[in-house]
Parts: sequence; C-alpha cells; structure tokens
Amino acid sequence: MDVLVCIKRVPEIAGAVTLTDDSMAVDARHVGYTVSPHEECAVELAVQVAKATDGSVTVLSVGTDDAIQQLRDALAVGCSAAVLVEADADRYGPADVAAAVAEVVTAHESQGRSYGLVLLGNDAADTGDFQVGIRLAYALGRPVLTGAATLELEGDRVVTRAEGPEGTEVSEAPLPAVVTVVEGGVEPRYPSVPGRMKAKRVQVETVTPTSSPTGSGRMRLKLPPPPASEVEVLGKGADAAPAVVDLLERLGVLR
Amino acid sequence: MILVLVETLGDEVVEVSREALTFARELGDDLGAIVIGGQAAPFAEQLGGYGVREVLEVTGDPFSAYAPAVWAAAVQTAVQQTGASAVLATGTPRGNEILAHVACRLGVAMAANVVAVDSRQPLQVSRQVLGGAAMEEMSLDTSPAVLSVAGHALEAQPAAEATACSVRALEVTVDERDLAARVVRTEVGESADSGTLKSAKVVIGAGRGAGGPDGFNDVLELTELLNGALGVSRVVTSLGWRPHREQVGQTGSKIAPDVYIPCGISGAIQHWAGCSSAKAILAINTDADAPMVTKAHYAVIGDMHEVVPAINAEIRRRKG
Repeated sequence: MDVLVCIKRVPEIAGAVTLTDDSMAVDARHVGYTVSPHEECAVELAVQVAKATDGSVTVLSVGTDDAIQQLRDALAVGCSAAVLVEADADRYGPADVAAAVAEVVTAHESQGRSYGLVLLGNDAADTGDFQVGIRLAYALGRPVLTGAATLELEGDRVVTRAEGPEGTEVSEAPLPAVVTVVEGGVEPRYPSVPGRMKAKRVQVETVTPTSSPTGSGRMRLKLPPPPASEVEVLGKGADAAPAVVDLLERLGVLR
Repeated sequence: MILVLVETLGDEVVEVSREALTFARELGDDLGAIVIGGQAAPFAEQLGGYGVREVLEVTGDPFSAYAPAVWAAAVQTAVQQTGASAVLATGTPRGNEILAHVACRLGVAMAANVVAVDSRQPLQVSRQVLGGAAMEEMSLDTSPAVLSVAGHALEAQPAAEATACSVRALEVTVDERDLAARVVRTEVGESADSGTLKSAKVVIGAGRGAGGPDGFNDVLELTELLNGALGVSRVVTSLGWRPHREQVGQTGSKIAPDVYIPCGISGAIQHWAGCSSAKAILAINTDADAPMVTKAHYAVIGDMHEVVPAINAEIRRRKG
C-alpha cells in the first residue's frame, strides 16, 4: 500500500526561546531545525507499513524550500518520493495547510497514485493547533484516528493503539484513512549511508497551492514571564537530606 | 450561551473540565454543559456549582463507545439548538480531538490550549504554543468560537453563587459514516497507561543523571516512600532506560502534582512544558546553573545517587 506522510520543519529549541523583532515568529537563526518526535514516529510507521505491504512512502511538507532538508532526512530512512508544497508556512493556518495537502492527494489520485493511508504528527511542535490531520480527513472525506502510538493493517481496516483517559484505546477505521501519530510506540530508525546517498538523488516534486491562505489568526507571540521566585538552595550533597525531609513534611506530602 | 463539553470519571466532573467551566465564565454568564455517553443527572449539582444552568445529556447506543465524529455531531447539534456563541472543551487529547471535528463541521476556526481571554469583542485569546514555552495572541473571529482550555492554566473555582442546573436529553441524528472511526476496546491496566503519573500528588523525576537503566532504584524507592509516581525526561525513554508512558513533557504527559522532584534533569523546554504546573518543584542536580534548578522553587546541588539515598534513609529514620 502507498502511504503519504506529512512532516513540518520546526525550530529545534532546547534552551530559551527568542522571538523575531516583530514578535510574529520564533527567531531560529541561532538554533537548528528539526521535525517533531511525533512526525519522526509517523515516518517510521509509514515505512513499516510500506515494507510489510510492498508499497511505497511519499513524504510531504508545506513550507519554503528550506524544508527540502527535512524531506531528504525522511527519504534517507525509507521514503521513496517527496513533495514540497511551496508556501510561507507562517501565513498558513491549520485549515490552509490541510487544504494544500488535500489538493496534492487529489491531484496524485487523478494521476493514478492513491494513498491508502495518510499519516501526520498529532500536533505540530511549534504551532500546536491539534487539528491539521482532522481537517485533512474532512477535506478528503475520509475517516480519521488520532494520537496513535502504533498501527496495523487488518484487511481493509487500520487498527491503532492510543492512550485514552481510562487505558489504552484500540481503535479502527476503514481504509483509506488519515491517522495522526504520537511518539512512544515505535523507535525511529537511523539513516544508513546508502540511504543518505539515495535520498540525494531523489527529485523533489514542487507544487504551489492554488488557493490563497485564510491565515492562522496569529496577532503576535509573547514569552511567559520568568518564574517569580528565586530558587532556595537547601544544601549540597547528602548533607541536605534532613532539610529536604523537613520541606516534604512542611509541604504535607510526608505523613 | 457558552457551551462546555464536560468529561466525567466515576462520580466526578474531572478537574480539567472544572477548569474549563471556570474559564467559560470569562466569556459569558449563560453557561450550558454537555455530557456524552452517560447520565448527566448525577453531575447536575456539581455543574450548578460552577454556574451551569442547563446540562444536555447525550445517551444511546452510538455513544456508548467513543467515536470522535459522532461525539462531535452531538456537540454540533447542541450548538445549533442552543445558538451557542462559543463552545469549549478541555485541552486534553480527547477535548482537542472532538473540538477539531466540531470546528470542521461548523466551518470555523479553532484555538487549542487557550489560557486567557484578551478581548471579548472582537474575541482575542492567548494560547500555548511551543508546548507552553511561548504564548500566541490569536484573533478568533469566526462564530461560534471553538476553543480548548489548556490544562492547569488556571485553578478550578466554583461560581460565587451556585445556580439550579436542569438536565435535558438531547436527540442527535446519527450518520452511520460518523461511526466509521471508533474505539473498539479499551485495555485497562497500570502498565498500559500513564493515568497514575498524571494524577499523582507527588512525582519523582529522573533524567540523564540516572546514568543508565540500573540507575533508578533510589528514585523508585523514594517514589514508594512518598506514595508518588515516577516521571522521566525524554532522553531516558529515547535511550530505552524506561518506558515512554513515564515520560513527562511536550510529547509525554503533562503533570500538575503538589510536589515535583526532578533528579538529574537539566530541564529542556520540552520537559518544562510538561511539569511547569507543579505547585512546588525541588530540583536535585549537580549543576547549579541547569535550567531545572534556576526555575525550581527549591534545589539541592549534588549527585542524585548520593542525595536521593540520603533522603530515603532520613525518611525511613523519621518514620521509625
């Protein structure tokens, strides 16, 4: 079965967040870029499904041509085709991204390339909208399952395992379907040297969305105020133990 | 009307839903709630305490198991019948999922993980982005407004005056296609989910400082002594030292315990995103400049493998 997996290039932030001068975006000049762990797992699941069914994986990203770097990373671990939907991602709201992806799926289908599964990350690491996958499913008229840690194909259905409020929820939907993935169910593989070489040779298909974006509603970004209180150091090493236990008693967690 | 999709567990309206009800009062006084898949009457008094005048109850076969699209259809029906100007749910996976379906069906925008109303007219909200490391001020000008309320961004507060809350059964026409994607079974078990971690009053954290898969004995003992839960940083799960269900952070669990004791965790923002709602944080770390230490309320500077056994011994000594 052929699988489409969607990824997003996002700033790789570990320490402090810096904003651009107009506060409309994260200033990522001094950090790198990456894709979120959810999407690395979506790529891994896509590759596993394709291998098990003699299919192929196409990886797609909506963004500027810088995102080709992230597409090549995915090609290096087993995707065989890549699509860049060229757009200024900052001007695209979740509905715009979903519409742009749906356009590609429909166009490929009319060319005889249909995807039994479309996988995405459950939520983008930067904008955190929690809705692109669901909007894509509605745009395509397909069922959607979210938050999948693992997935399997059973006949003409996809079966996922996701964490629910009362335990692990096993869900199913008929194919073709859209599934959003979370980290934790599979270990993303590392690219091999031949994989990297092969990735370099793949011609990335570039498309431009036909409709103009409605936008995300973003007015500006702001950083939360720093923690108000100074840290109280209780001591150094093992000698601090009595002070720690005093504190735990005071906080009422030790009875 | 401001309509809130409420989640229940046992005989309680869950805390994050009570937070969403508290938040909803900032948008208006005429509050309604919707409970799907079970009886609403047992919760009417609790909901009235939060200012809810009417709770809509959705029951019947199609709602006995969770199918997101059909649950969204129920919310959509409720919105259309009540003419609600806004519909809210919790910023949990389930709340965000149902609202995203609702927003699609109504053809409107959705704001996820909102923490504040900046302006009521026109509606502008602040919401968490980057896992909570930054806020976005967002214009939410489509009607009805669809928004999820970030967990633990505010404290659940009953209304100043409780209202009488009536229960009304809501009839929902079910389209078979909305049942296509659904939960077929739930596997309950401590080893399968992170429920214990999310609800624990005390969480002991462990990070790279644990040193390896065998480095967790002391923190596990402390967890037992404090009747708490173990939470770990992402590096611990990606190295395979502990299972992913114990991970705290942007791509793991978000916790809000009374006390969080991160040991050997440097505190990347993705981890902070999951633990910053803890009421008190006591960091144990060799590096006094680690972000986890500078952001904590209390700290011990030292190796967790020396500090934690000493704490365990001291607790055992005092317990006698």
